[in-house]
Amino acid sequence: MSKTSWIPEGVKRCSGRRFALGMAAVTAVLAWGVYAMFLVWYKGLNQTNMNDAYGFALWIWADLAVIALGGGAFFTGFLTYILGQEKLKGIINYAVIIGFICYSSALLILAIDIGQPLRGWFIFWHANVHSMLTEVAFCLSCYFAVLTIEFIPLILENPRLDRVPFLHHLSHNMHGIMAVFAATGVFLSFFHQGSLGGVTGVLFGRPFGYREGIFIWPWTFFLFTWSAAACGPCFTLLITWITEKITRKTLVKPDVKQLLAKISGWMLITYIIAKIADTIYWALVTAPSMGFTLMDFYSNNPVYGIWILIAEIVVCGVVPGLILITRTGRENAFLLMLSAFLAVMGCCINRWVMVLQVMAVPLFSFNEWYMYTPSWQEVATTILPVAYGVIVISLAYRYLPVFPQERELNPAD
Amino acid sequence: MKEDTLNKRPKRFGMVIDLDRCTGCGACMVACYAENNIPFKADESNKLDSINWMRVFKITNGKPYPHTEVCYIPMMCMQCEGREGDGHAPCVSVCPAVATDYDHETGVISQIYTRCFGCRYCMAACPYHARKFNWWDPAWPADMENYLSPNVSPRMRGVVEKCSFCYHRYQLARDRAYYEGRDEIAEKEYQPACVEACPTRAITFGDLNNPGHAVHRLKNSPNAFRLLEKLHTTPKVYYLTRRTWVRRAGDNYLADEHLNTARKRIIRQQGAVK
Repeated sequence: MSKTSWIPEGVKRCSGRRFALGMAAVTAVLAWGVYAMFLVWYKGLNQTNMNDAYGFALWIWADLAVIALGGGAFFTGFLTYILGQEKLKGIINYAVIIGFICYSSALLILAIDIGQPLRGWFIFWHANVHSMLTEVAFCLSCYFAVLTIEFIPLILENPRLDRVPFLHHLSHNMHGIMAVFAATGVFLSFFHQGSLGGVTGVLFGRPFGYREGIFIWPWTFFLFTWSAAACGPCFTLLITWITEKITRKTLVKPDVKQLLAKISGWMLITYIIAKIADTIYWALVTAPSMGFTLMDFYSNNPVYGIWILIAEIVVCGVVPGLILITRTGRENAFLLMLSAFLAVMGCCINRWVMVLQVMAVPLFSFNEWYMYTPSWQEVATTILPVAYGVIVISLAYRYLPVFPQERELNPAD
Repeated sequence: MKEDTLNKRPKRFGMVIDLDRCTGCGACMVACYAENNIPFKADESNKLDSINWMRVFKITNGKPYPHTEVCYIPMMCMQCEGREGDGHAPCVSVCPAVATDYDHETGVISQIYTRCFGCRYCMAACPYHARKFNWWDPAWPADMENYLSPNVSPRMRGVVEKCSFCYHRYQLARDRAYYEGRDEIAEKEYQPACVEACPTRAITFGDLNNPGHAVHRLKNSPNAFRLLEKLHTTPKVYYLTRRTWVRRAGDNYLADEHLNTARKRIIRQQGAVK
């Protein structure tokens, strides 16, 4: 019996030497982040530039952003397995891998961010049912388990592993029940994406972040879920495009990308209408009831001008949304990727202001704005997940049949 | 029986600080440091990462000399009762591990240092910046460790801490009352360290529910106000001043909003809730 290659059949990959060199470069960045991480764990959070006014900072933003962008996994899974959009099977594997990377990164960042990492399990053991963070922790952990379950069958499809009868059947059977996990993922994601929005939305002591809502859920609860469903797939498209540029191959058929882009576009445009309505109500009713005008939040400081609101809503919301819902916009590869990029940026800006600007706004007339610049340890530990993501994607692309259309699209291989 | 009786009478401990008496001397801060084993850094110039359960702010009316006026505002944990007055203070409802809780028997918000895992969500929630994080391991000069209070546990790196209204003093007073066969403690038996240290007697402390306590009367003064009342945090720390500009500095008002009208609306809303 001939020896089976680790690399999937019918596709071409770079030499092992070239791959190792690339990995070494990324591993060096990873090592820098790991060093900073251990520094923080060993010496404490004094290694950061956070302070008592800025208890939430770069890491919490990174957490919220990667979870939102990782939302492509749950929403693409929902479209593929629940709504039966079979065409999206051309990209669902990659969406799951990106989601897995995002969620594992979020958990890692949380483990670095807490002052007593060894007590992290208290959030489950002494759970406060009133806290949005409790809901985040439970749903996040459960959904990460779901993503792992969704990722496993793909790992088992590696040619070498697939030769083992047990693993082959396990993978086959897991694929068969994937709709159940996809549905579970959608349910969990709805709650934890929403709860992340609720983290700031319930802070009635912070007029910039506080929102009214329905029952226990502030409007940000729904807006965060909505924006994750809109921008997560855009992130998947963006990473796919970057992967295609690096590998110099077409890995996913244009009609698959355009279908995902179309759905994202409609999600984005409806989200941004809701976001505009929320902003108007907040600016005209909620904030004035607390003694603030809209411009109190966007003036007298060196960074947060009204430009950030316009950038988030118009440039990175309305514009990409309008491009993505038009056929000509979607069919133009440049406009498609520009829109995906803008949507991702809009989501990141939203998470940024809902964490950092909330902390920056002074609440007393005799206080100044609180400004913050992250320390190198914070930056390094935030780049760490990026390096980790590159490594996981590289390994997955090299050894797993991530893109089912790759062979068809690249017959010369 | 007596212990049960002591525990069954809900109190709402609170404070009234007369800003027209406060000279900004900082004795309250020093007393608080000593009483509660609060660690300090070699360089305390950056107040944003130093631990102080009570901090005195200096504000001015912004007018040029000779019309300049100065006011000092001592600020600590406001022991908020929350929007509905049911103890869901901004910090309490968000703590994911119930490391901080509202005691309905005393109205004091606790902080369980050994349960806090340092997520700092409570700090993000508190509009008064009353919560402090232990960014460093607590440290004192060697000989000073001999003078730490045995009644207050020092906190470890990586957890949040805040003013407890010197709760250990309440526990000691209650124990004494129990030992002496009394089922009630007197007003003067339980007074936080800052209250005792204030040379101008600007701070008054007691049970806001008890008509016999001075705070009960003082909080109803027309000159009384609370900080950031419009956020509906419902603090139990009141301030007194005859100066309108100081009362206005204690909250945020729209340009065309009259201070008294706004305050009356808040009081009406809070009355409706209760």
